[in-house]
Order: sequence, then structure tokens, then C-alpha cells
Amino acid sequence: MKYMMLMQFSAAQTDFPGIESWTAEELKAHIAFMQSTNEEFTRSGELVDAQGLAMPDQAKIVRADGGRPPVVSDGPFPETKEFLAGWWIVDCDTPERAVELAAIVSAAPGPGGRPLNMPIEVRPVMSAPSGEV
Amino acid sequence: MLARRFGDFEAAEDAVQEALLAAATQWPGEDVPRNPRGWLIQVAVRRMTEQVRGEQARRRREDLVAQRDGPRSAPPADAEDESDRDDTLTVLFMSCHPALTPTSAIALTLRSVGGLTTAEIARAFMVPEATMAQRISRAKQRIKASGIPFGMPAPEERADRLHAVLHVLYLIFNEGYASSIGPDLHRDELSREAIRLTRAVHRLLPGDCEVSGLLALMLLTEARRPARTGPAGELVPLTEQDRSRWDGAAIAEGVELITATLAKGAVGPYQLQAAINAVHDEAPRAEDTDWPQILALYGLLERMSGGNPLVALNRAVAAAMTHGPATGLATLDALDGRLAGHHRLHAARAHLLEMMGDRRGALENYRAAAARTTSGPEHRYLMTRAARLTAP
Repeated sequence: MKYMMLMQFSAAQTDFPGIESWTAEELKAHIAFMQSTNEEFTRSGELVDAQGLAMPDQAKIVRADGGRPPVVSDGPFPETKEFLAGWWIVDCDTPERAVELAAIVSAAPGPGGRPLNMPIEVRPVMSAPSGEV
Repeated sequence: MLARRFGDFEAAEDAVQEALLAAATQWPGEDVPRNPRGWLIQVAVRRMTEQVRGEQARRRREDLVAQRDGPRSAPPADAEDESDRDDTLTVLFMSCHPALTPTSAIALTLRSVGGLTTAEIARAFMVPEATMAQRISRAKQRIKASGIPFGMPAPEERADRLHAVLHVLYLIFNEGYASSIGPDLHRDELSREAIRLTRAVHRLLPGDCEVSGLLALMLLTEARRPARTGPAGELVPLTEQDRSRWDGAAIAEGVELITATLAKGAVGPYQLQAAINAVHDEAPRAEDTDWPQILALYGLLERMSGGNPLVALNRAVAAAMTHGPATGLATLDALDGRLAGHHRLHAARAHLLEMMGDRRGALENYRAAAARTTSGPEHRYLMTRAARLTAP
């Protein structure tokens, strides 16, 4: 069963300073942790994909109504209090295991090497039907 | 999970003999049943169930005696000639070892006895090749670390271990069958591979009724593949499939195999599922389906699986098709505790409420099922059913 783990940054739900204020060492430790975690998920035979996203001020929002030319608005968007920082797709035996994996990444090190305690949303990826309908 | 297969060959032969005797004494006076073969199967199965119950009671008594008298050695249940044992079988038993999770057993089986490369297995499961390679190598390490000696399982473990092998083959088949929707062609190689491996096991253990049953089940299910998705990749339910697109040769092979196997009488869960699929596949039109027979077979399967609630759910649907939706709904109500919130329970209830003409109830349950399924095609199917009901 595949699960997507969404690292949802939320100003309201986190209590660490923004990443722009971290020291070089803190950033290095964070990146090294993410890299070794992904290697670990590959070694356990569970990693499908993992990606980090560029900051939301790089985002564009596109809307089209099928007739007129699409409307494109550029970031940054002032109302962005929450944004998707990155995701993993893992393929594991049980939903409990997906929660375990999410807990690992939630505790990635942040400022002062302290675990970030980031909220990670775990969602099953739609799969094949479970039987004859 | 599933109960072990029924008793021995001799008992089975007796059951069939009795069924034939019952036929010989009843048919001259009564009308010959519409489906004599199905009728025979039912009678034989009923006799076997009675016998097994008696046998289980006797064994419980003997176990009590044995416990009182202390341990003693008994001959293995199904001692078999050493020469029958083949490398393929040994490797298969190792790859499907219960020390492995299903996911790793599946990967290791496909790599070690299947004809697929790691890249092909990775593609079939839609994971990167590096991940699949690690999954396979960890499975091997796990077996090594567990200290299980390489070789055939001991005779007393044999039935359980064969059951584990059949379960893994069944999972591989299902993975391929369930997910081969629309243009997603990579994955039907999994079903083909599962059938190929099951054929190999069947050649090595031709006398094992559950191996034959599993092979028949796969053939009879695979036969419907061409009709189970529509042009847009949407799921087509059994009752609405274009039966002219079913694979007649696969159905003939499956029906022949399950008929010959059931006649031996050592009935087990795979054989019953194959028999249910044979009844479906033999109906020229959906309305010709012999639902009373399917209902009887699900009844047996439910008892044999220790009251598995998903089997009970299928029995409720068969009961609805036999005795009307009200009966089916009453059966479903009894499952509320054990299957609470399961999307299949909502989906089944939705179908039966729709049959009864309860539009609102059906709509509510289709939506509840759609919200709970984690399958994309199933979600689209349920939403489409719901949308049909809201149309004026």
C-alpha cells in the first residue's frame, strides 16, 4: 500500500524560527538528515519518491476556464500561512508503518539540533480496487 | 486466516459415492436438476461438511486423550515421495516463508522463482528499481538471519507452508488482476506470472486439491479481464459485462479443472471460490446466474473461513439475489459491528437499497463508500453510481 507523507509547513502549528534564520551548521545537519533518511527508506525497500519544493514565493497559480487565455498569478501570496514544503511516497505493509515513517521525518533536526516536530500529513494513495464491484 | 483444507481422499471419495447414490435414488422419482453437476457438487460438499464435523469432534476427543497420556509420535499427515520434490518447490517454500511480510515474500517469489527481472518487478509495483532491489535483498537476509534451514519444510509443517505459498501466489495474481485497469499494461504480467507459477506447483503436486482450486480460480477470474473495464478505463460490474468478450478457452479449462477437483472431495476455500466463479462464468447472461448455488457455496466458504466478515458480505449479496434485497440487507445489518465503516459494507448496502428502490439510502451509502475507498477506479465507479441516482 502506498502512502503520501506531506510535510505541511504551518506558521500556526510550528514553533521554530523560519529556515532563513538557521545557521549554516543547522541547515547542513537538516539536509544530511533528510538525505540519510531517504537512503534508509530505500534500504528498507519502501521509498517510492521524495521531493522538496521551492519556497512558495516561486509559485505560480494558474486558472483556466477553457475559453479565455489562462490567468496566471505570481507569488508571493500574502495569505500563505501554510504551504507544502515537500513530500514522500512510501510503499509499506501497514498503515501503522506509514505512521512510523512519518514520525521519523517529523523529528528532523532544526535550530540547535532540536527535533522540529513538524506536522506530517499521511494520506493513502489511491490504488487498485480491492475486488470485484 | 483461511481454514485448512478438508480431510483426506478416502473420506472425499465416500462423500462423492454418497452423492451419486443420492442422485441415483432421487432422480428417477424427481425431475432431473437443471444443473446436475452443480447439484452433485452441493450434495458431496454437504456430506463432507457432515463428515468433517464428526471427524473434528473425534480428533478433539483424541487430542484430550493424547494430552492425558503424554506425547507420542504419529505418522505425518501427508507423507509423500521424496522424488516428487523439486527445486522450484523448495525455493517457493523458502520465498513464501511466514517470517517474511507479504510485500517481501511477493518480491522474493517473483525474483527467485518467477521469470521477471528486478526492473520488471519494480515497474509492476511502481517503485524505483533500487527500492525493489533492496526489498528483495532484505527478504533474503531475513531468511538467512532467521536460521531456517534451506530445504523442504518438515512434513508436519507442510500443509501450513503450502498454504502460505498459495496465499502469496494469490496475492500476486490479485495485484495484477485488480490493478490492470485501462491502459495500465505493465501489471497484467503479474497475473500471468502468478498463473504460470501456480501451474508449475500444480504439476508438482497434482493431487493437492487446493492447488488445483487456486489455479482454477485464477483461470476463471482472468477469463473476465477483457470485459471488466470500459473504453474509458472505468470498472464494469460483473452483471453489466459483455460476456461475449470473456475468454471461453480459459473458462473451459477452469471449469474442467474445478469439476474434476471437487469430485475428489477434499474441499477447501480456493476450490469454493473457484466454484463460485465457475457458476458466474457459466451463465450466458447475468440473469441466468444460478444464485442459489452461489449462496450455498458462500455459506460453506463462510463457515470454512471462520466467519470472515468479507465472505459474509458476499453471502449477503448472494442472499439478496436469491431471496430479494430485504433478506440481503438484514444479513448486512448483522455485519455492522465487525465491518463498521468498511467501504465494501457501504457499497453492498448501497446496491441492495438501490435494488429496493430506496434512492436516498442508496445515494447516502454510495457516497459513504466512495469517501472510504482507497482505490481510484472504485472511487470513480461509486461516484458514477451515485451521480446516476441524482439525475432527474
